[in-house]
Amino acid sequence: MPVRVVLAEDGVLLREGLAGLLGRFDFSVVAAVGDAVALVSAVAATTPDLVITDIRMPPEHTDDGLRAAVQLRTSQPSLPVVVLSQYVQEEYASTLLDTGTGRGVGYLLKDRVVDVEDFVAALRSVAAGGTVIDPEVVRRLLNRSRDPLSRLSARETEVLALIAEGHSNSAIAGRLFVSEAAVGKHVGNILSKLDLPPAEDTNRRVLAVLAYLRSDNPR
Amino acid sequence: MSSIWPALRTRRFLLSSWPWRSLLYMVTTVIVAAPVAAVSWLLALPWLVTLSDLRNGQLPHYHNYLLMVVSVVVLALFGPLVAVPLAAIERRRLGLLDPREVRSAHRPAPSDPIAWLRLRYSEAATWRELLYGLLFTLVVPVVYGVLVVITGIELALLTAPLFAVGSSAIQLGSMTIDTPGEAAIASVIGLVLIPPLAYLGGGVAAAQAAAARALLGDNDRTSGALREVARSRARLVDAFEAERRRIQRDLHDGAQHQLTSLTLQLGMARLDLPAGSPAAEPLNRAHDQAKDLMVMLRDIVHGIRPQVLGDLGLMPALRELADRAPLPVMVIAPDVVTRPPEHVETTAWFVASEALGNVTKHAAAQHAEVRVIWDGEDLILEVRDDGAGGADPTAGSGLTGLADRVAAAGGRLLLASPPGGGTLVRVELPCR
Repeated sequence: MPVRVVLAEDGVLLREGLAGLLGRFDFSVVAAVGDAVALVSAVAATTPDLVITDIRMPPEHTDDGLRAAVQLRTSQPSLPVVVLSQYVQEEYASTLLDTGTGRGVGYLLKDRVVDVEDFVAALRSVAAGGTVIDPEVVRRLLNRSRDPLSRLSARETEVLALIAEGHSNSAIAGRLFVSEAAVGKHVGNILSKLDLPPAEDTNRRVLAVLAYLRSDNPR
Repeated sequence: MSSIWPALRTRRFLLSSWPWRSLLYMVTTVIVAAPVAAVSWLLALPWLVTLSDLRNGQLPHYHNYLLMVVSVVVLALFGPLVAVPLAAIERRRLGLLDPREVRSAHRPAPSDPIAWLRLRYSEAATWRELLYGLLFTLVVPVVYGVLVVITGIELALLTAPLFAVGSSAIQLGSMTIDTPGEAAIASVIGLVLIPPLAYLGGGVAAAQAAAARALLGDNDRTSGALREVARSRARLVDAFEAERRRIQRDLHDGAQHQLTSLTLQLGMARLDLPAGSPAAEPLNRAHDQAKDLMVMLRDIVHGIRPQVLGDLGLMPALRELADRAPLPVMVIAPDVVTRPPEHVETTAWFVASEALGNVTKHAAAQHAEVRVIWDGEDLILEVRDDGAGGADPTAGSGLTGLADRVAAAGGRLLLASPPGGGTLVRVELPCR
């Protein structure tokens, strides 16, 4: 039995191209629409097996398609959805992964559709409950989360080492011959670079020190 | 006749509305000036006492010196707080006598009260307005006093036949009017004096208006011209910006879209070819070329104005920029609720993009960092690296162009690049 698909894409040419492609690969396009509002009602009317939607669509031309996808997944957590993005935005991917069980979702760059066989394989995988994230997103995430300590400047590493030894800001200022305000600034940068957002319930200095001790070569 | 000065020189002045407008202007002057004048005269009192003491040949009491100092201090501290709003009222009231708009010489007011005070106390316009306030409340009442006395005499002369009958008499200085004959002569003199009095009133009103225009308006022609140049430059930048947006949109909605669709068709055609078909090889090449072209076009569109900037704003766009860079780039940017104005976002993005481009090309750096500070008033963007330093703005790098672009947005660009010490590019962009 063919996979029943609702397709949402505001560009007519591409929508028709995609519909042709899907038809050729044993998908059946039960509705092809051009905006996010029509997408939601088409899904309600046809109960498809898979939704494919562009992110940037009318009516607001921002992330309407993504919001529609989130809305659909909230009411039907197991509905497989593939969103197509013009550019890599990890927030988009993580927003989508946070819906339902995180299974049966796909986040792909729009350009991927031209590699027809790979694209169709990704669609089949999502329709079967798999999760597909664009390799570019993965590459960037990996790139970013390499050892976070490598993001610190030499002076910041020095300050972090002194924090790990239990020194207060003023003691560190005295040792490095800088003002206490300068140390405060370094500490702020360290916390921010180690992705330790302001929070009241955790001691961020301790977390920073843990990150330091876990790294390969504490000085 | 459009304003009072030319009107005074015409023969029809007396029959026009101008004498009445002058009268209205002067009456409203009294209403506006009276409360402020009470305070001004209180502050002037120590000075008047000193003057009168000196005239009588004696030195003033030292208490009085103290009070003189106090009055000046009070005037300097609190005067502007009264003078600035008073000036705003006066500029509007000037419309009674002169329809030409009087533009305030103040710069646009910041919403933060502290910033407002700091700006206003540092402007020459404020102190000119304070001077006007003093003239308005100290000199104008004296002149008006004289006018009132003259008008009183005029009224007495005109109405003499009504009062100088029977036993009553009118005493004007050393002159006494107590017969019907004298009363008739007096009222004739009064009638003759009406036109000069009307001219006198018009003249006083006109002089006051001229003083107001000179002190309250924006009379600095040079700065006016410079402002106009700055505005026109800003307009040009806006026009360029709009043009970039249009090109980006056209490319994205038109060319990019069609190309994706074409490439998709080629991809499907490949699949439809029977195995071993002689068309397979050229079709594969065409498909690959179309894919390369897609990448190229996407980079071009991105360089003109990245879509993420328009859709999601500066901070996500900077993170995306950092991800595209070939070296690790740390982005420290606040999660904003209110986005900066569009032209500020575009300028900041452009600077970050160019600066990171320079880092990649010239700096031989290991790391770079992009930092944004945005407090709702000014946006500050810093791009720093740990590379070779020694960037020279005069050596034909893009730095001069960047500085121009930042200046056109009303901001400034600072560069620190000691040889061997990395490079820091900092831009400050006003968002008011």
